[in-house]
Formats: sequence, C-alpha cells, structure tokens
Amino acid sequence: MERAIHGVFLLLGLITVGCVLLITVYLVISGIPAIRKIGVGRFLFGTVWASTAAEPQYGILPFILTSVYGTAGAIVIGVPIGFFTAVYLAKAASPRVRQVMEGAVSLLSGIPSVVYGLVGMLVLVPGIRRLFGVPDGASLLAAIIVLAVMILPSIIKVSMTALEAVPREYEDASLALGATPVETWFRVSVPAARSGIAAAVVLGVGRAIGEAMAVMMVAGNAPNMPGLFQSVRFLTTAVASEMSYSSGLQQQALFSIALVLFLFIMLINATLNFFLKRNKEG
Amino acid sequence: MLTKPLSKRRRAYGRLMRGLMVTCAGLTGALVLFLLVYVMVRGVPNLSWELLSTKPSYLTGRIGILPDILNTLYVVLATLVIVLPLGVGAAIYLTEYASNKKLVAVIEYAAETLSGIPSIIYGLVGILIFSNHMGTCLMAGALTLVIMNLPTIMRTTQESLKTVPQSYREGAFGLGAGKWRVVRTVVLPGCVDGIITGCILSVGRILGESAALLFTAGFAHAVNGLLTGLATPGATLTVALYVYAKEQGEFGVAFAIAAILMVLTLLINLAATLVQTCFAKRRSL
Repeated sequence: MERAIHGVFLLLGLITVGCVLLITVYLVISGIPAIRKIGVGRFLFGTVWASTAAEPQYGILPFILTSVYGTAGAIVIGVPIGFFTAVYLAKAASPRVRQVMEGAVSLLSGIPSVVYGLVGMLVLVPGIRRLFGVPDGASLLAAIIVLAVMILPSIIKVSMTALEAVPREYEDASLALGATPVETWFRVSVPAARSGIAAAVVLGVGRAIGEAMAVMMVAGNAPNMPGLFQSVRFLTTAVASEMSYSSGLQQQALFSIALVLFLFIMLINATLNFFLKRNKEG
Repeated sequence: MLTKPLSKRRRAYGRLMRGLMVTCAGLTGALVLFLLVYVMVRGVPNLSWELLSTKPSYLTGRIGILPDILNTLYVVLATLVIVLPLGVGAAIYLTEYASNKKLVAVIEYAAETLSGIPSIIYGLVGILIFSNHMGTCLMAGALTLVIMNLPTIMRTTQESLKTVPQSYREGAFGLGAGKWRVVRTVVLPGCVDGIITGCILSVGRILGESAALLFTAGFAHAVNGLLTGLATPGATLTVALYVYAKEQGEFGVAFAIAAILMVLTLLINLAATLVQTCFAKRRSL
C-alpha cells in the first residue's frame, strides 16, 4: 500500500518533466520540416515573408529583428522606471504609500493582456498618429510602450524582493560612516542586490518577447523590417495572425517560427536561472 | 564643529536620485490610476442587464456576453478540477517523499521552465496535443491551461508545506502512523492555505488568458450546459474582448468586458491578500 502511494506521488512529481519534454518534442518535430524545405539560411535570414503569394517566400528575419528591437525598446523604457520605483518602494516610501503602491503593482500584473491591447488601440495608436503625424499609429513604437508597461510589475516586484534581502548591517555601516540615506541606497543596497535586479531585467525580457495578444492589437501586423513608425510583426504575432487560416507548408513554417521563439525563451530561462542562483548564493 | 554641511555635489546627487525615484513611482501610480479610471469610464456605461444576460443575435444585431461568461466559468472549473490534484500531488512528492536531490532539482527546473513559456506557445502545443485529437473545444483549452497553471499550484503548495512544522510529522510517526496517513491527516490540512492561494492565482491567470485559448478553444458564442459546453468550441471573456475589438470593431462591448475583467482582477488581488493575512494571523496564534 505505502509503496503504491509512493509510486503515485512519484508519477505526479514527474508530470512537469513530462510536460516540458512533450512540449519540446512536439515543437521540434513540427518545426523542423518547414525549415528543411525552405533551408535554414533562407528561413532565418530571408527578409521577405509572403506566405500567401503565388510564389511564397518564408523569410523570418523581419520578425526576429522586430522581436529583438521591440524587447530592447521595452527594456530601455521599462527598466529605469521600474528600477527607481522599486528602490523608492523598498527603501524610501512610508508604509502607507508602500501598501497602496504594492496593491497598484499587483493590479498592473493582473490586468489581462487584451485589456492592455484595447487601451493601446484606442489611446496610444491615435495618440502616436497625431503626435508624430504618421499615417497609421499602429507601429513598433506603440508595441514598445505597451510592452514597457506590461513588464513593469515583474521588474518592480523582483527588484524589490532583492533590495529587501540586503542585510541591514550593510546599510547601517554605510550610514554610520556618514553616507546619506540616498547614497546608501544607491551605492550600497543596489550593488548588493545586483544579481536580483539583473534577474528582474531578464524576467522582463522573457515577458516582453513572449507577449502576443497585446502586441497583436497595437503593432499593425504587416511583415515589414522594423522601423519605429512601421507596422511590424513580432515572432509571437507572426504565429498568431496566420494560425487560424494556414495550411500545408505555411502552417509548418508557423510552427518553425514557434520553435525559434521557444529557443529564444530557453536561452532567456537559462540566463534567468544563472542570475537567480547567484542571487541566492549572495 | 562636528557636523559639516554636505558638499554641493553630494546634495545635488541626493536631490537628483530622490527626484528620479519619486517621479518614477508617481508615474507608475498614475499609470495604474489612468488604466483603472479609463477602462471604467469607457466600460461601465456600456454594461447593461441585457448585455450580461443574452447571447449575440444576428437577427436583431444585438450583442450579449452571457455565453462568454458561462464559458469562462466552465474553463476555470475544468482547469482547476484537473490541475489541483496534479499540482498538489507533485508538491507533496517534492517535499514529503523525494529523497533523490538530483531528481528534485530536475523537477523544479522543469516547473520553472514551464512558467517561463509564453502563452502563445502553449496555444500552439495545445493545438498539436489536444485540439488535433479532440477537436477545437473548451476542454482542449482547459487541458492546455492545466499545463500552464501546474507550476503555480505546485509552487504555492510547496511553500506552505515547508511551513508545516517538522515536529508535527515526527509526532505522528512516533505514534505509529504510516507515511500516507501522516500526509493525509497532518501534512495536507496544514497546506490548505497554499492550495487556496494557488487556486486564486490560477483563477486570475485563467481569466486573463487569451493567446492559449484562441486556437485551442475557438470563439463561438453559444449558451450551453457544462458538459456540452466543454465539448464544443467557445470564447471566454478575454477571447471575446479580442474578437469584438480587433475583428468586429465593437469597442463598446469590448470596454464593457474590459471593465468586468478589471473588477474581477481587483477582487482576485483582494482575495489573495485577505487569504494570506488571514492564514498568517492564524499561524502566529
């Protein structure tokens, strides 16, 4: 009896491993054929995506570059705002302010991505069109701003946890030596928490590169090479926008795009684990 | 004189950094406030009993979101019923049974990997594993979400299992109880708070999910019972929002759904905090 139950729990424990293997195997098996047919070079570095043309072309370089630029842009805007907010909340804010803001940040992380997309569609897209005088505001810039907002909560929460874990003694020693509180936070606490803050940034990268629906609603979805005011397609939206009506080689190519995205994510996960482990070791 | 005033440079540094912190925190706060107010102002006027209690009709050109509300409920129910035993069981294995450190590390790494995979990939894999065999239906969507929420339930259960004092287990063992009996009577009741927290977080995640459901569960709007509902395609609230806003340009309905989702998100956050403080109090007694 005990042995059987032990076996059942072992099986349950192994389910996550099974799921990861299943996902990897399915993605690899369904992603490889199209890459083979199209050719690795022409698939990864082709600059034209015309999947429904008479002579279809499947080059995903525009999607890869858009995902990279879009994520980088979101990080450039989101990380400084998130970082300073996290230092403020972890060190400077009064308990009252902190409590309210923590609730606000939780709300920000709980809002469904389609709601971000909807607000982006009706506020950001027309705003960009008017402000910069471009014919259509649905662009890489709109996607970058939406992504920057969406990664804020992860960056704030993870950085705060890291900043709070800095031993009190470090800060006391710095204060006793005559540093002001602000100097102590930024020159002692922040460097001590740098692995955790790095983990926060990597987590943000992962969130941004994987977001599909919100981006789909504001980025315009034309397979152009990226430009700030161009209508663009990300790796995620390339999959999502054609999935419902694709078939044959076109559908296989979509699975290949998903495989490329998956490889990006695995790389980011490995980096994240590296920083988290270093943070734990201190 | 013991205290010398700070040099100009140090004072400027302090002022600059303080200013940056307050500006950024203010910006974040203002952003949340704006989102909340904007969605409510645009959404609430479009809410009506008719919208909530009917299904869309092409004859009268009327839109109702009752089917989407029901579908959301069905998906939440089906996902939780399946993911709870799996996730709690996995957590129990990791904290109570596992003795092989390497295996534990592998399982935990797998869980972390799962929580890092974006939902659009879950959607694709959901098509391959579930929808291709059972058709596009709510159940296929729910099964996809099971994989997605497994790490959440596992982690929260594990956290609370760690807080069950070792002496409880030792006491039970000392009285002659077997491992399974100890797990059932001592350990499981001790981790109820973790399971509840996990459920709340999962419900939040399921409510907000769209990319993983769009292609696995489809986007039909029919009113069904639980069982037929699960076997047929249907849109949840988020998917319906997407379809109404992006494909049909019905922004009024989209904002009404957004307002509902916003209120639900607020309630879920509130519930999670309440559960945590409530159980923390009970534990400290």
